[in-house]
Parts: sequence; C-alpha cells; structure tokens
Amino acid sequence: MTTVATVSEGTGNPYALSHLDSLESEAVHIFREVAGEFERPVILFSGGKDSIVMLHLALKAFAPAPVPFTLLHVDTGHNFPEVLEYRDRTVARHGLRLHVASVQEYIDAGKLRERPDGTRNPLQTVPLTEAIQQHRFDAVFGGGRRDEEKARAKERVFSLRDEFSQWDPRRQRPELWQLYNGRHAPGEHVRVFPISNWTELDVWQYIAREGIELPEIYFAHEREVFGRSGMWLTAGDWGGPKDGERVETRQVRYRTVGDMSCTGAVDSDATTLDDVITEIAASRLTERGATRADDKMSEAAMEDRKREGYF
Amino acid sequence: MTTPTQHAEQLSTTTLLRFATAGSVDDGKSTLVGRLLHDSKSVLTDQLEAVEHASRSRGQEAPDLALLTDGLRAEREQGITIDVAYRYFATPRRRFILADTPGHVQYTRNMVTGASTAELAVVLVDARNGVVEQTRRHAAVAALLRVPHVVLAVNKMDLVEYAEPVFAAIAEEFTAYAASLGVPGWGSGGDPQENWCTAIPISALAGDNVVEPSAHMDWYGGPTVLEHLETVPVSHDLTACHARFPVQYVIRPQTAEHPDYRGYAGQIAAGAFRVGEAVTVLPSGRTSTIAGIDALGESVDIAWAPQSVTIRLADDIDISRGDLIAPADDAPAVTQDVEATVCHVADQPLAVGQRVLLKHTTRTVKAIVKDIPSRLTLDDLSQHPAPGQLVANDIGRVVVRTAEPLALDTYADSRRTGSFLLIDPADGTTLSAGMAGASFAAAAEPEAAADDAEWDF
Repeated sequence: MTTVATVSEGTGNPYALSHLDSLESEAVHIFREVAGEFERPVILFSGGKDSIVMLHLALKAFAPAPVPFTLLHVDTGHNFPEVLEYRDRTVARHGLRLHVASVQEYIDAGKLRERPDGTRNPLQTVPLTEAIQQHRFDAVFGGGRRDEEKARAKERVFSLRDEFSQWDPRRQRPELWQLYNGRHAPGEHVRVFPISNWTELDVWQYIAREGIELPEIYFAHEREVFGRSGMWLTAGDWGGPKDGERVETRQVRYRTVGDMSCTGAVDSDATTLDDVITEIAASRLTERGATRADDKMSEAAMEDRKREGYF
Repeated sequence: MTTPTQHAEQLSTTTLLRFATAGSVDDGKSTLVGRLLHDSKSVLTDQLEAVEHASRSRGQEAPDLALLTDGLRAEREQGITIDVAYRYFATPRRRFILADTPGHVQYTRNMVTGASTAELAVVLVDARNGVVEQTRRHAAVAALLRVPHVVLAVNKMDLVEYAEPVFAAIAEEFTAYAASLGVPGWGSGGDPQENWCTAIPISALAGDNVVEPSAHMDWYGGPTVLEHLETVPVSHDLTACHARFPVQYVIRPQTAEHPDYRGYAGQIAAGAFRVGEAVTVLPSGRTSTIAGIDALGESVDIAWAPQSVTIRLADDIDISRGDLIAPADDAPAVTQDVEATVCHVADQPLAVGQRVLLKHTTRTVKAIVKDIPSRLTLDDLSQHPAPGQLVANDIGRVVVRTAEPLALDTYADSRRTGSFLLIDPADGTTLSAGMAGASFAAAAEPEAAADDAEWDF
C-alpha cells in the first residue's frame, strides 16, 4: 500500500491532497503535539476499528521510533473474545505496554453494581477515570469522531477534563487554527481526539488503503444471535438470551465493537473491505443508530455520559 | 444524485473542503445547512427519525432541521445554539467539513473559531433585507481571518418573486463593501484571477440553487451553492508561498536498527520543501541542507503543505520543538515585539500590562501586553483608541513583547505562521486569537479618517 500523498485527479492542481491524506496529516500532527507537550499520554485501545486506526496513525507519526505512549483498555468483562485476542496480539507485535481497567473486578469488589438492564457500557466510566488518576495520565487519546453523535459534534480535539474527568460543554476552549491549547492544572487531564474530523466511511477507506488488519467480527460471518430491540445480539454468559428470545444462526457483521450486551450486529454479506465500504456508502442508518442500544436510552444519553467522564 | 456504489468508487480520489457558515438567526442558516446535509444523503434515517420524534414531542408539525445541529441538552431546551459544531458530508467530487457557527450573541468569537480553519465562508443574506450590519460584520470577520473564498448566499429569493434586480443590487453592494475591506487579490496563496466573492441567489426552503439549479431564475447562469463548494480551489500556488516548517518533535529511535536516525517531525505550514535545499533554522540562524524527507514511512523528494513529514538535515545541529525551518534565502525575521489584531475569545478581559503566554506554531513563550492601541467596532469598522482592555468578542490591536524571539510571519502572508494564541498562565484559558501584522483593524490614518469615517482602513 502506498503511503505517499496521492495527487488527486481532476482537480487541476498537482498539490491538492486527497481527503484521506489531509485527514491523516491532521491526525499525525495532533499525535505529535501531544508527544511534544505532555508528560504521560495514553491511548485508549479497545481493539475496535477506530482505536486500531489511531494506533496505526501513531505508529506512522513516530516511525522509525516506537510509539511513545502506553495503551489503556477498559474491559467491560463482556468483550468479544476475538477482539481481546486481536488486542493482545497487536500489543505484543508492536512491543507496546497495555494497562487494563476491569469492570468485572470493580463489580466483584462491590465498587460497582450491575445494572438491571445488564448493559455495562455506562459502568466503564469509573474504572476509566480511576485508571487515569492512578497512573497520572495527563493526555488520554480517544477514537471518538464528531460524526458519530450530536453531542460529539460539539467536542473539541483537545478537551479539558477536570479532576473528576467531567466534560462541561459550556466551558470549552475555542479551538483556533491548528493551535491546540493543552494547558491544564495538576489532577486535570486532556482528552484528545485525533480522528475527530473523520467519518465512518473515511475510517473504512483508510483501513482499505493502508491494508490494516481488523478483528474478523467486522466482516460477515455465520453467528448465533438473538433479536432484542431491533438488533442482533450475540448469545453468551453476559446474560442473553432471556426467556422468549430465540437463538438463530445468521450471517452478520459488526459495525462497531463494544460491550456484547449493547452492541448489535447487522445482517450483511460483506466479507471484504470493498464490500464493507459499498455497504456503508449505501446504508441509511448511522453506525450508532444501527447497533448501539445505550445511545437510544435518551436524547442526551451520550452527552450525559460524557459529562461524567465517559470518552 | 449518484448511486451509493459510485460514491464508494469515487470517494477515494476526492479532496477535502473546510468551510464555515455565517448568518443571523432568521436568515435561514439552519435550513440551508439542513438542505445541504439532507440532499447530499448525510442525514440518515435514524437521525431524521430522532428529529421528527423530538419535533412532534414539542408540538411542531414539520421536522425542525435545526435539531440536527443543536446537539446539547441546553441547546435543545432553550432552542439556541451555544457553540460551533462540526458537520460532515460528501459528494462524489469532494468531502466537506462544515464549521456550523451560531449567528447570535457570541457571534464574533464563534465565527472567528469557524473561520480560522475555513477555506470558504458562506455569508447568508435575507433578500428582503439586503446587506445589513450583520452582513458587514460577517464579511469583515471573513476578511480579517483571510478566508480565501466567500459565498454570498442571497436567500429567500422566493419571497421577492425571484427578481433579478433585487439580487443584483445586493450582490453589488456586498462586492463594493468587500472591495473596501481590501480583499480582492490579497496576499500569497490566493489566485489573483479568482474572485474572492461569489454571489448566488437561493431559496434554502424551496431548494432553489442550493443543490439543484432553480427553475425560477433563468437569468442566473452561475453555479449552485453545492456546485461551487465542489469546484472552488482548495490548494494554493506553492511558488507564491514562503515555505515554513515548525519543528514539532525530534524523532531519535537510538535503536540497533536506526542508531543514528535524527529527524525533525512536523506539519509543513506553508509552501514546499525539497531534498538538497539549503535551509535556515530559527531563531538560532544556523544553516544546513535537507538530506531527506520521510512522508509517514516513505522517502520523498518533495513535500508540501499541509503534509505531516519528518525532515532530516545534513548537519547535526541543535534543533528542538518550537524551532522553525525555512529556506535559507526566504526566512522570516525574528522578533520579540509583536503587533497584531486579536479577537478576544475569553470571558475574562485582556488588559494592558497583563502577563500572558503566547503560543505560536509549536512554540509557547512568556509575554506581556504592552499596549492596546485601539478597539474595532465591526458594525461600522470604527476605531476606538486606547480602550485599556478587551472583553469577550472584542477585536482590537495589541502590542505584545515576548520573552524569547519568534520567527513570526504576517498573517497576510501565512495564516498558519502568522497566527497565535494568548493564554492565561494561571488557569490555561485561551484568551485571544492573534493575527500578526497590519490589517483593516489597524487604527486609521488621521487624514483618511477625516475624509470619510466609513472607509477608514
């Protein structure tokens, strides 16, 4: 795969960058700003496509030197085994250091209580913020994109969080030119979103262009699933199916990867990257609308979680 | 419109346009944004359903497209837009990042924020009202921020019977005003053959000339808004730009495989760099030659803005984050005395004598505000001498003395290396957005002001 800037055809100007090159260049700039200005940055890495693209960008930004950041995964305890396997393999391959904050350990220790609806996504906030405090991380990279959700459309690239990791949308710093202001007091940290300006389609096109390997669950495969709230959920120890819910084998794939209890699969024949890109370009649903139960809880579900410290 | 498959095939060769919208509350900005998003297939079923549901639950009959862009709880509760939001949409020709800037109250800082990265600004005018104060304000901010292109969208043409004379009069008045701001043919980067402003008669509500050409305005032969967004040039003539490379980070692997690698990582701020070129490093003034350019993993002979690259030099000289690499025969002067126009973006004021931090490219230095010679009123471009301080949304001239020398261009020459932030050292607040050098915001020459107060820039 070529990594040089490709000259766009039909623009008449040999120095116009393709949109993927522009986005890549901007993201690399953001990674390097953080490396230059912060003491203890960390990349949130879940083994999902956005964090995989982030790691790929970080590897390119500092080559031939190693990535100067550690990784942090908030493990809900209900993660897909294929994704955890991918996570560990990737960490080993690049000689990286991974911290794991475990929701299950918090539940076992009585510090968090299982929710009646069984979803563990909102439970990630406490282990995440405590891990940030414990390791004194001052910059936390997230793979959030503004196109994902309307509260995220308001998120800055550098997002200051207080000592409780809270986000206050009314007190955000204006972000001007490419001059990112990362000043923060001790105890505060900055959430950094290098792929803020990417869309789901950009992420997939970049994965295809760069030949990035992904966990298999992103591609169509036969899977035992059951229907709930209009989504196909994977059966498992996490608590599904319940009475009256019937398991069946379907050909599906995942558009997002998260907690098994609230991340749904979609019916799909897309077995290759090209198929996936075609399918997404044709889809009439956003990735979160299609496959995330937790965002459907209320009109401001994401905003409310982000205010508490969620990424 | 094209089929999704065509989208997938063509998108890989598209370019990216960053643009901003400006318009006051009733100009129909939300409708225009909604239509651009909707007609370019960027509003998906679940988003539209959410908007329809929310609209119904508050008793509105039609879906309120403003709810697509008002993302925060407080915005929906109060029916106002608090802050800049970024939207994304695509056509087969181009991808767009839209800085959606709210039009009221805190308009200046929001529009400055949106305009700072924009290649184009859409200024909306209500055809019934013509050029009003708010229009002049938006044009002035676009000119101040040196946004390379402006679209004057004369909206609500359906309410003036699609009459050409109405449009022509507004376009002419706006163009004359823009010319008075000194914008056509400015500085480097822009093509002097290109007009700064393109006026388009539209009805965002009825869909005239937004995405589809209007059936009601045969007299208009120009592009639709979308067509213009798709074709306006986004890259600059590199030969007209001063090449600038702020050093972000020094890459030194010191591994068995790369024991001697020493590269200067950064994003090219302007112009182009070539292997073999003689360069000067500022502020030290040391010189060397470019030995190699690594473009994210591949060696290249030439690289240009805004590529992120790593530059290797022939000589092992002391360079660190905050230094600037420039061609030996085209390096900027270094200075500790900065004269600039600033837009004050914080709620706490900026006062003469205040100690601040100044962030310029990758360099942050201590500084002190020596003087605030004037404050500008955007409505009529009048100058108020020696205001003593600037408060939120003020635009004014400042004189700042820095503790260390800066390699600073004028903003007219380079948006990237002529811009800076003033930061409160106590709590890290971003205080002001600065643009170095002269602009129409500078205090007027006395004789010019005496002639005609309206034309004093």
